[in-house]
Amino acid sequence: MIRRDFTIINRLGLHARAAAQLVQTANKFAAEVTLYKEDIEVNGKSIMGILLLAAPKGTLVSIAVDGSDEEQAMNTIAELIEDGFGED
Amino acid sequence: MGKTEISPDTYLVGIGVSPGIAIGKICLINRQAGATEWRIEADEVESELERFALALEQAKLQLRRVKERVASKPHLREHLYILDTHLLILEDEMLVQQTVAEIKQLINAEGALNRTLGKLRRMFDSIEDEYLRDRRSDVDAVGDRLLRILAGEQDRTLGEAGKKTLVAAHDLSPADTIQIDKGNILGFVTDRGGRTSHTAILARSLEIPAVVGLETVTSVVENEMPAIIDGSSGVVVLNPSEATFKEYLQRKQAYEYQERDLLSDRALPATTRDHFTVSLRGNLEATSEVQTALKYGVEGVGLYRTEFLYMNRSEPPGEEEQVATYSAMLKGMAPHSVTIRTLDLGGDKIVSELSLEDETNPAMGLRAIRFSLREVKLFKTQLRAILRASVNGTVRIMFPMISGVAEIRDCKRILDEVRGDLQHEGIAYAKDIPIGIMVETPSAVLVAPLLAKEVDFFSIGTNDLIQYCLAVDRGNEHVAYLYEPMHPAILRALKAICDAAHEARIEVSICGEMASEPLYALVMLGLGLTELSMNPSCVPRVKQVLRKLTRADGKALLERLWELPTGKEVVACIEREMCRLLPEIFEQKQI
Repeated sequence: MIRRDFTIINRLGLHARAAAQLVQTANKFAAEVTLYKEDIEVNGKSIMGILLLAAPKGTLVSIAVDGSDEEQAMNTIAELIEDGFGED
Repeated sequence: MGKTEISPDTYLVGIGVSPGIAIGKICLINRQAGATEWRIEADEVESELERFALALEQAKLQLRRVKERVASKPHLREHLYILDTHLLILEDEMLVQQTVAEIKQLINAEGALNRTLGKLRRMFDSIEDEYLRDRRSDVDAVGDRLLRILAGEQDRTLGEAGKKTLVAAHDLSPADTIQIDKGNILGFVTDRGGRTSHTAILARSLEIPAVVGLETVTSVVENEMPAIIDGSSGVVVLNPSEATFKEYLQRKQAYEYQERDLLSDRALPATTRDHFTVSLRGNLEATSEVQTALKYGVEGVGLYRTEFLYMNRSEPPGEEEQVATYSAMLKGMAPHSVTIRTLDLGGDKIVSELSLEDETNPAMGLRAIRFSLREVKLFKTQLRAILRASVNGTVRIMFPMISGVAEIRDCKRILDEVRGDLQHEGIAYAKDIPIGIMVETPSAVLVAPLLAKEVDFFSIGTNDLIQYCLAVDRGNEHVAYLYEPMHPAILRALKAICDAAHEARIEVSICGEMASEPLYALVMLGLGLTELSMNPSCVPRVKQVLRKLTRADGKALLERLWELPTGKEVVACIEREMCRLLPEIFEQKQI
């Protein structure tokens, strides 16, 4: 399992479009994806989970990826978040 | 859902957003679905689980179909992510597994789904961030869709609407209206919406009556219910009695007869009897309104409100989308010109993305040009798009809510930077685009001669000008009586603006509601306005009146009005004069 911390940098936070992109990306991999914010934990492959995580811009989110393709999954997800979900 | 008994002549009042009268039978597209819960037997669990699974599949199928259609329309691609979000929600474990668990607790599928939705809604409602909390609406939309499928109510699409029907819907989104068959729909009624909602703009471009914002209409109507829609007054009559039916049939004929009569003059110029020509242009919000506007005889667009592009979406439109939209407007109106007003966001027109903090006094706050000058990146994107589109027709650029020379200079400097960028990148744009401002603040009136040296044209936004000059919020019922378009102060403001423009030899027009009032046509002539811009459907009436007047009468009237001390006396004097000059038009109006 690998775990990394991220700050959400896009203006809208993990809103519908970003959440959909994150779920679609996570679904491409076999590994389990889990998001943590403070004491809340949600499934990274559930759009409701991500929306309910309620992570506006500036939120610190920790992501754990566990499975055979975890490294590739983490890199792809990291790129998406660090790129601000291509919003700008 | 049981049949609702509606007594004859049930009147509902909403917002009339597209004029005319439609009489027909209701075709219900969708409504807010309810759900009844009951206990099931253990041996029914399997069949309920299957019903739920089938409903999920059916919903996905519906969404995928819409998605295919949307994907083929470039201007609608922006909405694709909404459909993706809804598809992901349908596959989400929180929705599916919880509902399955409830069914296994011996609850019917609708009841189980409703319990799950209730839980999810409560979770969303506890989110602090307003924008993210609003994502609840996506869950609601998916939930409604599933509940309708479970209730056996086929979500009809507009493509499936029967012949010649009055379409009733909770709300219509671009995804719903893609498949519209123009000849089949007589009118629209919706629970939600306002003047600038998607349904309203669509109805105006199709020239069919529409009443929106009725709140509960879809919960009281049934398919095939007879109804009357009056899109001018906002009245909807359900189950009309024979007497009401006859009355509206007469009104409908009278309205259509009058419209035909007025439209026969559409190719003629608005030239007075003493050969003074006024250019009558349209106030438009969307490219879909172009054809209708031309039919009413507009000579170009005097005010293209770009806000609509920015509304009802989570992010501002990108440069490419704006270039495509503006180009379509310019091509549609060619050879006439189109005056594009840059973003005039403020008050109630705000996109979630750009949402400003709550202001105690938004009318005097960060809006319109002030907002653009702060969000320079957003502003530059819009200017770049306008310049790039400029090669496709004749464009003029107008900046809203200018309060002094410094602001217009800032605008011009930014515009020059954008021009420089395009030049550098080798992208073509029209070199001689006229630049103008909306004159709508008292300070702009006072410094009008200074502003006139900076720009190529003035356009007077009378709605805001009146509110700011008289310090009256017309939406406030306690002071609305003070909102007087013909207040002596307003007449003086208008005269000062026109004089400054004439002195500097620049064009001056009015694009507020005042321009569309036939009663004031003579005053407009007296002021020497050469252009009036209004809702396109008002053009024929104003033209009819202008063609019967003379500029000389206008000047003489203005001189007389100058001496009058109150707005009431000014209006009374105008009415007397108009009745004297054109009794056939104005006498019956004064009852």
